[in-house]
Amino acid sequence: MKAQTTPTAALSASTETLLQLTDVVKHFPVASGGLVRRAREQLRAVDGVSLQIRRGETIGLVGETGCGKSTLARCITRLHDLTSGTVSFAGQDISRLSARELRPYRQRMQMVFQDPYGSLNPRRRVGSIIADPFAANGLAKGAERKSKVLELMQLVGLNPEHYNRFPAEFSGGQRQRIGLARALALRPELVVCDEPVSALDVSIQAQIINLLADLQVKLGLTYIFIAHDLSVVRHVCDRIAVMYLGRIVEVAETEELFRRPRHPYTQALLSAIPTPDPDLVNGDDRIVLRGDPPSPIHLPSGCRFHPRCPRAQGRCELEDPALGHPDPSDHNHVVACHFPVEDGEALTPGRQEQQ
Amino acid sequence: MSLLEVDNLCVTFATPDGILSAVRGLSFAVEQGETLGIVGESGSGKSVSTQTIVGLTQGARVSGSARFEGKELLGMSDADLRRIRGAEIGMIFQDPLSSLHPHYRVGWQIMEMIRAHERVSKKQARQRAVELLGLVGIPMPDKRVHDYPHQFSGGMRQRAMIAMALALNPKLLIADEPTTALDVTVQAQIMTLIKRLQHEFGTAVIMITHDLGVIADMADRVVVMYAGKPCEFADKRTLYHQPHHPYTEGLIGSLPQHGRRGSTLKSIPGLPPSLLRVPPGCPFHPRCSYAMDLCRVEQPGIVEVAGGLDHRSACWLPPDAVGTAPDVVMRRHRAARAHGHDERIPVASTHDESAST
Repeated sequence: MKAQTTPTAALSASTETLLQLTDVVKHFPVASGGLVRRAREQLRAVDGVSLQIRRGETIGLVGETGCGKSTLARCITRLHDLTSGTVSFAGQDISRLSARELRPYRQRMQMVFQDPYGSLNPRRRVGSIIADPFAANGLAKGAERKSKVLELMQLVGLNPEHYNRFPAEFSGGQRQRIGLARALALRPELVVCDEPVSALDVSIQAQIINLLADLQVKLGLTYIFIAHDLSVVRHVCDRIAVMYLGRIVEVAETEELFRRPRHPYTQALLSAIPTPDPDLVNGDDRIVLRGDPPSPIHLPSGCRFHPRCPRAQGRCELEDPALGHPDPSDHNHVVACHFPVEDGEALTPGRQEQQ
Repeated sequence: MSLLEVDNLCVTFATPDGILSAVRGLSFAVEQGETLGIVGESGSGKSVSTQTIVGLTQGARVSGSARFEGKELLGMSDADLRRIRGAEIGMIFQDPLSSLHPHYRVGWQIMEMIRAHERVSKKQARQRAVELLGLVGIPMPDKRVHDYPHQFSGGMRQRAMIAMALALNPKLLIADEPTTALDVTVQAQIMTLIKRLQHEFGTAVIMITHDLGVIADMADRVVVMYAGKPCEFADKRTLYHQPHHPYTEGLIGSLPQHGRRGSTLKSIPGLPPSLLRVPPGCPFHPRCSYAMDLCRVEQPGIVEVAGGLDHRSACWLPPDAVGTAPDVVMRRHRAARAHGHDERIPVASTHDESAST
């Protein structure tokens, strides 16, 4: 059994920073309603994110729909241009590079998408889809290219005999393997996985998670892992960053985050996970948040979470909290909250009143 | 008499590629006020079976029986079925956006639901719609009743669907993946809501889901389905702690569990079979790590096993080998070897499952 693959990878994870995000902002203009088209409003999808990603680690990005996690992923891989801020990859600021200058960096970071049905061209054969990165970069021609593709198919657990098949002939899990083979073609250092297993059935999901872990060890990959299924994130990631309305509200090592969430939002999010064990069902001490996240066009004043926060006080409405260390001894744990949840404080006051 | 008794339900569809057997012999009963969970992966027949019960599968060949309070539902006339659907059996589906008509106001749709079954004035119906929206926790229901579905968020739409399903106080609620499209925080809200309403009105619930976490929270008893057949029946505690069927064992092993971060998940190799070409014998045998000679030729019947009260499983393994403890797994392997188990690890089957999805 190759147990404990990720932790060993974590140990070997150097302290070298592979990716440094500094105050990344991505706004999308939206037309405002009304008869006269007045000044356009901004949808603030990502609104000031700073994060450091170390070589060899798996960092999870979690949050509700619309919190900006996928937009952030696309900013990192430069599929979106940034509104402001910088993304440094291996020490080089890539956020302002032209398409041509960006080329070598594109080879070093790749993306795997959620929808295994939508991300593969249905009219092209699998072999040629996986060969795309070679073609785009003019690498490995002819027989050499084919042998590399076959090797990749083997690497991700596809039968190389299926080289000439179409995507429609594969199941969801196998298509996700095809997407992964394509992403790994140029031996990237960083792979951004945007919900790689959410569209798959549980038994297939486990196969892909195991595959991702194996590949990380074999190829020394760094992963940014986006998922809304927190039990999967907990299983896969070394560190987790929690996002809410375009901001990171908490970052910590996985077990630390699950054991001692300091942000009330993280606490609510974690308590909402249904536990697949009838004896540990957390239905009774589940923190049910009121309402839905506010619109990223009209953000609340002060702390963005205050309208839904059970701990909110006057200050939260006025002052936007910055990321800080709640525990001076743990430099890996940062949280953006005026009144972080203290150690051992299990339930939030709002919840206790209800009971 | 149970509220709903389903007996040997079979559903097949004629497709250009041949006969597709979506459900192949499903029997279960739902008692008043309880929650029955149906778990399975895509293509296991979990949705088709309940849709057939309420007469929503068109062009299917159906056999077996489904009695609701003693009345046979299969083969009932459309007019009679319509009287039962909505009034006696409420339904919630996975995707609330496609279940609500985009052209009509949410309140109007709830009113129509009430007025289709009861003789009430428009004013009374509107009053009821507002009350229902308030009951499911929609803020300012007297204003939101005039909104269109697109003005609601995903969670609110699902709440509106629940309001509609409960409008006539049905005895049975069929919830088909009601929280799958929602965020965990909203999922928690919806699950709490369904439990609260069930408690208030004593409604029985059939909860269809692929998420074992949701089942652990909501269900009393569980049916596990695979390739159109039930493979295990148990109360939820027995199912999680003392599974008998290797498929259930595999499903539970596939879940990332606390405290085992980074360890290799016990995934189930291969893919579910195509429902056009279901393998002979036990449909799970090509993926099963205990498959014996018998499994390849003969379908196991559903028999009583040792886990708990009314614990039944469709598997040839010894009925007392329940659980996932290492000694039980050893015993199962010994039993399998004694009956012609092939030592090689089951290989991922290479055929496409696209036909089945």
